[in-house]
Amino acid sequence: MPHDHSHSDDPHSLLPSDPALRVKALESLLTRKGLVDPAALDEIIDTYENKIGPRNGARVVARAWSDPAFRTALLKDATAVVAELGYYGRQGEHMVAVENTDIQHNMVVCTLCSCYPWPLLGIPPGWYKSDAYRARVVREPRKVLADFGVTLPSETSVRVWDSTAEMRYLVIPQRPSGTDGWDEEALMNLVSRDSMIGTALAGTP
Amino acid sequence: MSRVHDMGGRFGDGPVVPEREDEIFHEDWHARALALTLASGTLGQWNLDVSRHARERLAPMDYSAFSYYEKWMGGLATLLVDTGVVTREELTGKSEPQQSPLAERCLKPENVAAVLAKGGPVDRPSNIAPAFATGDIVRVKPHAENETVSGGHTRLPSYAAGAKGRILRLHGSHVLPDSNAHGGGESPEPLYAVVFEASALWAHAEHPRDEVVLDMWQSYLLPVSDV
Repeated sequence: MPHDHSHSDDPHSLLPSDPALRVKALESLLTRKGLVDPAALDEIIDTYENKIGPRNGARVVARAWSDPAFRTALLKDATAVVAELGYYGRQGEHMVAVENTDIQHNMVVCTLCSCYPWPLLGIPPGWYKSDAYRARVVREPRKVLADFGVTLPSETSVRVWDSTAEMRYLVIPQRPSGTDGWDEEALMNLVSRDSMIGTALAGTP
Repeated sequence: MSRVHDMGGRFGDGPVVPEREDEIFHEDWHARALALTLASGTLGQWNLDVSRHARERLAPMDYSAFSYYEKWMGGLATLLVDTGVVTREELTGKSEPQQSPLAERCLKPENVAAVLAKGGPVDRPSNIAPAFATGDIVRVKPHAENETVSGGHTRLPSYAAGAKGRILRLHGSHVLPDSNAHGGGESPEPLYAVVFEASALWAHAEHPRDEVVLDMWQSYLLPVSDV
């Protein structure tokens, strides 16, 4: 019997309607069938909470800022370059790096679902997966930037990358002025997750 | 027409609300739902395109009402029943769960790091030669629909249907989701980044020089000869 909230007889309607209970019921069922080991779920969660996240991407950006040969190689074949740093894996099998300049600002979205470069940035933030971002950023990127407190000069064009295939895009924000001679670790602190999606600029010293 | 997930360009949504970088999972069950989906995927009973289509096939009112990870749970329940991995009776709790013959494939904690690091690349050799070169002007086919399966999976968003764009780069040949989501095989073909002027997509572009880039398979594109 479908639950009140459901609008179909899809299989999910057979499960408890409360989402936390629904997940629990599925995990319990799959565990009892021998298909899922809860300890493996713990390990996956620990990986994305503590091991794989936007500091990986920040390292790539900081190195691109400080090493011209690395930057050139990254723009040419990001998949190979980030793999050498150990940042290859699920949802990052085909990488492209796109660079912000005075005349072009890049932003990334997945209007159809939530494609995102996990090995470099981790799990996408809630807003990236939200209807509002998915619906709006391709039509009105500047109004979306305003939601993040960012205003671009009118002479800067915006290029929005809609991740419709398995290509995953990393934005290289512009290096802030006043950072000459900074080492990689110091530069990394200026590189936020959002600046690598294109909804923020790099921090200022 | 399109499915509910195809929302690029839709009007009427509210503000985008930024989040702190250290907010990874808002609820414990979000993390559990993500991990459960990934672990179930390693049983090898469906591919990425099949699993995307399972989420997109949620009833529009469910899709709109569900939070993000509820959509994932909805899709996972569909996948498990469609592939016979679980029964509807097991989902309702009416029948005692039976040990699955797939249990030997169960993801173990010691294998998680290797599985996540291995990924699932989708570039493949193809006997379809690239028909377009960088700089070529192309037009997107007029219907953002699966050509073979009515209501089937496609990665062509409605807002780009019929629009004129320019080939920015060739990504190589990739598995075609429209085929792979429906048991039609991987059918790899050339994949391009195609750049569109905002004014080619929207009647009221926000800025005359803004652009949108979409990744498009060759069969989504038509040559333009009048330029």
